[in-house]
Amino acid sequence: MVHLSADECKDVSAVFSKVNVDQLGGESLASLLIVYPWTRRHFKTFGNLSSTDAILHNAKVQAHGAKVLGAVRDALKHVANLGGHFAHLSDLHCQQLFVDPANFKLFAGIVSIRVGQTMRQAYTPHVQASFEKFLDAVTDALAKGYH
Amino acid sequence: RSSDLKHPAPKAKMVHWTAEEKAAIHSVWKQVDVEKDGQETLSRVLITYPWTQRYFSSFGDLSNAAAICNNPKVKAHGKKVLAALGGAAQHLDNIKSTLAHLSELHADTLHVDPENFKLLGQCLVIVLARKLGAAFTPEVHGAWEKFVAVSCAALSKHYN
Repeated sequence: MVHLSADECKDVSAVFSKVNVDQLGGESLASLLIVYPWTRRHFKTFGNLSSTDAILHNAKVQAHGAKVLGAVRDALKHVANLGGHFAHLSDLHCQQLFVDPANFKLFAGIVSIRVGQTMRQAYTPHVQASFEKFLDAVTDALAKGYH
Repeated sequence: RSSDLKHPAPKAKMVHWTAEEKAAIHSVWKQVDVEKDGQETLSRVLITYPWTQRYFSSFGDLSNAAAICNNPKVKAHGKKVLAALGGAAQHLDNIKSTLAHLSELHADTLHVDPENFKLLGQCLVIVLARKLGAAFTPEVHGAWEKFVAVSCAALSKHYN
């Protein structure tokens, strides 16, 4: 199990306090769909995803991205038991949505990049290390329900 | 006669770059400071993914983030790595052969797990995103992810 130190948790908390989670979440999901186009297959009910412009202006993408990143932010309070905290979402992604867990890592990578873009100087190597470690712990917990 | 039916030599499979992708890669590259951004990229790899330090045991003090960020060998090597990627950026239609000798080096001599190329790619994109801010649009991001992926594939080619 990934263990985050108190300092690392502080770094992660600082990141979430400095970014607009809704906006960052929406942008990150939009970027995922643009940068890795095969991921669009998971969002067929979201309407028009046929171009970069369509994706960037798609309200469902924005709303869902906000929801996902909000859940990631809220997970920080449960960092000692992420497996338990994400059990139902892990089941959902595995048993119903059939999402390859590799996609969680792709999304996490994009979130880190977007945080770097937003926080700029403040996203030091040290903060990046703490934040990516947290995202790793989240993606591991989400992948737990897969056999 | 069968020789008349000779198939033409198969064309090497080329990566297709749109004009926009090429423009995005080149315009971002113009803003890259090979020394500074190379140092920052490699430092981030060593700090964020500490197991990568095993490849740099001859580099001296890598014991904490400050030591890594101030290490002259990290700085020199980061510059070398980014310059090599710059070479690839100048030869987008020929990345495979541009990086072929480096692929051999990393596979046969340095024994670097090719997964690490992706980690460096991630850190490079973060460095660029921090540097460019809003100018690092999703389209520019997409072009750079593709460039990084193609470069990683080229570097991995010599591995069996």
